[in-house]
Amino acid sequence: MIPFLIYVAIFIGSFFAVKAIAKGMTKTSDFTSLKTVTFGDESAVTPNKVASIISIATIFLLWGAFTGSWLTPIHVPGPFQGEGAFTYTAQTADGTTDDATVSVIVHAVGEPVDAPTVEPGDGFAKNDAMSLAVWRSDLIRVDRNDEVTRDDGATVIAVNGQPIAPGGEVSIDIGSVSMTPKGTLNFEPAKGWQMEPIWLPPPEQVVYRLWNIAKDGYRNFTLFEHLGYSLFRVVVGFVLGALVGIPLGYAMGLSNWFRGWFDPIVEFMRPVPPLALIPLIIIWFGIGETGKIILLFLASLWIMTISARSGVSGVNISKIHAAYSLGASKAQIMRHVIVPNSLPEIFTGARVAMGVCWGTVVAAELVAAEQGAGQMIVAASKFQLTDIVIMGIILIGIIGFGIDILMRWGERVLVPWKGKS
Amino acid sequence: MSGLSVENISMRFDLPNGASVQALQDVSLQLKEGELLSVLGPSGCGKTTLLNILAGFLAPTEGRIVINNHTVTGPGAERGMVFQKGALFEWMSVRENVGFGPRMKGMANAKKNEIVNHLLDVVGLQDFKEKAVYELSGGMQQRVALARCLANEPDVILMDEPLGALDALTREKMQGLVLKLWKETGKTIILITHSVEEALLLGERLIVMAPRPGRIHKEYELPFAERGVGADLREVKKSESFAETRDEILSMIWDMEEEIMGRTEATS
Repeated sequence: MIPFLIYVAIFIGSFFAVKAIAKGMTKTSDFTSLKTVTFGDESAVTPNKVASIISIATIFLLWGAFTGSWLTPIHVPGPFQGEGAFTYTAQTADGTTDDATVSVIVHAVGEPVDAPTVEPGDGFAKNDAMSLAVWRSDLIRVDRNDEVTRDDGATVIAVNGQPIAPGGEVSIDIGSVSMTPKGTLNFEPAKGWQMEPIWLPPPEQVVYRLWNIAKDGYRNFTLFEHLGYSLFRVVVGFVLGALVGIPLGYAMGLSNWFRGWFDPIVEFMRPVPPLALIPLIIIWFGIGETGKIILLFLASLWIMTISARSGVSGVNISKIHAAYSLGASKAQIMRHVIVPNSLPEIFTGARVAMGVCWGTVVAAELVAAEQGAGQMIVAASKFQLTDIVIMGIILIGIIGFGIDILMRWGERVLVPWKGKS
Repeated sequence: MSGLSVENISMRFDLPNGASVQALQDVSLQLKEGELLSVLGPSGCGKTTLLNILAGFLAPTEGRIVINNHTVTGPGAERGMVFQKGALFEWMSVRENVGFGPRMKGMANAKKNEIVNHLLDVVGLQDFKEKAVYELSGGMQQRVALARCLANEPDVILMDEPLGALDALTREKMQGLVLKLWKETGKTIILITHSVEEALLLGERLIVMAPRPGRIHKEYELPFAERGVGADLREVKKSESFAETRDEILSMIWDMEEEIMGRTEATS
């Protein structure tokens, strides 16, 4: 909740800040800046570059600030770490009381430190010591070394002078102390506002992991192999789907018999999410490459079929008539009119199919695989290696984005007439 | 016999609900080689159906079309079409569009290029030959369509409202171009239009069609096309005889429209 409020505050704050700064600068006088009606004019709305930069910077700033990253200059309060102490007050059955100190060392996770040795002190309650890791809590039976223990009827009645009862809790400067129903104290050092690395590691740890895994690999496969396998499955599945789907779509667009025969199949299979096929594919083909490629083949097949079909049906009848009147044969019309006319539709379908395939392959690998981007993150999540999970998600996102950019580029180069008729 | 004859063409469409529409009834006409015919009529008079039958895209329910002594059974290269819009191939440059017909025939490149270059000169698009067709204005696109049709050397050119999508100024220029091409190439041209002025200017002969059922209502022999070749079309339009004929045809079409409206009102 707090990070969200900070995020909103930055969003609003930077809007006014940038607006105020921009006012002082000389205005560019392009055509859009001269428009008086901009609200509702879609063409007058362009992404503000400054906003984009601040947006990305904000994400990293919040991520860093809440994870104690050295990338960001400011941090939200971190968890308590170091040495501290609290006192407790014990009371015997006859009403005498005595104070003793508990010395605490809170150490970093994975770097244990022995509890300090302390003088027992005077009075029947003796001083104690404990050592625990940040973000953890620990029980301590403070009466165990006392001259009068719990078994003798002694009870702890206050911590740092604040009264406490079984089930109760008091806050102290270095955290909080609660009491179990049986009367044992439980010390929990202050957690601060920062996230524990197993929930959200700082950015540099993710980068370090990336470097580490790129160098040494993860679970017997290099990073390149993990991502390469996923891409390989997508490309092979998609190419097979296109090789079957495009001719099938053409046939459906050109022949009544094909249209009638395949329409029910295509119309039924198209709305079935490819993910729903995973269990059946695993039963039939196991978890190896064959099953994955067949799954991706099925994921792209229907999309490619439908796009090729609508590419054929979408041809302006005037073009066909014109071609016949110019003396073209059926084969020539197919080659010179129908195919080029359907290419823009097919490219749109291919972009969608690649996106669906990429999503499907990751999901299929999450379910079962030896290697692959999805397998990498699901294996890491089982060991709470959150940094690998986040790294994997970022890589999957980058690759998916890259595929889309590539397809758009191909579209621009190969079918420049798209949307121009 | 050389030329084109339309012999007792009738066309009836059966509707799914059992009714049928008589789109054309007993239409006959003869065209000599090199004649320029314009066809005019209110919407629904079957003029586009007639053109589609002439082109061979539709088979008439009765009658037949004879061109150069053979009966039309389907589309063919001897009848070129110019459409209103959308019939150019966007994936080809201007040059490739114009050269499409010769290419389909398997003509040698050198000869094809000669034809294409000549026609691009004729329609004034030599500087645009490597452009994509979608980069051209509407008027230029229609010039490409005309050149593409001519490159195939058809005997008859069928034009389905070829200038209908153009603005008034471009339209006037293109009318001049059509007349010029007609005179220079000596082709038989049938032009369908819904503009009375255009029909008067671009028709040695003009037939006015009437709707329901589609039929030839009246036929004119007009001097304006001959007069307009190479001349200022606005001057032609200013002549008294032009204005008289125009008003006559306009009121004729008005009457037809009124009659249709009256009939619809009566039935509704």
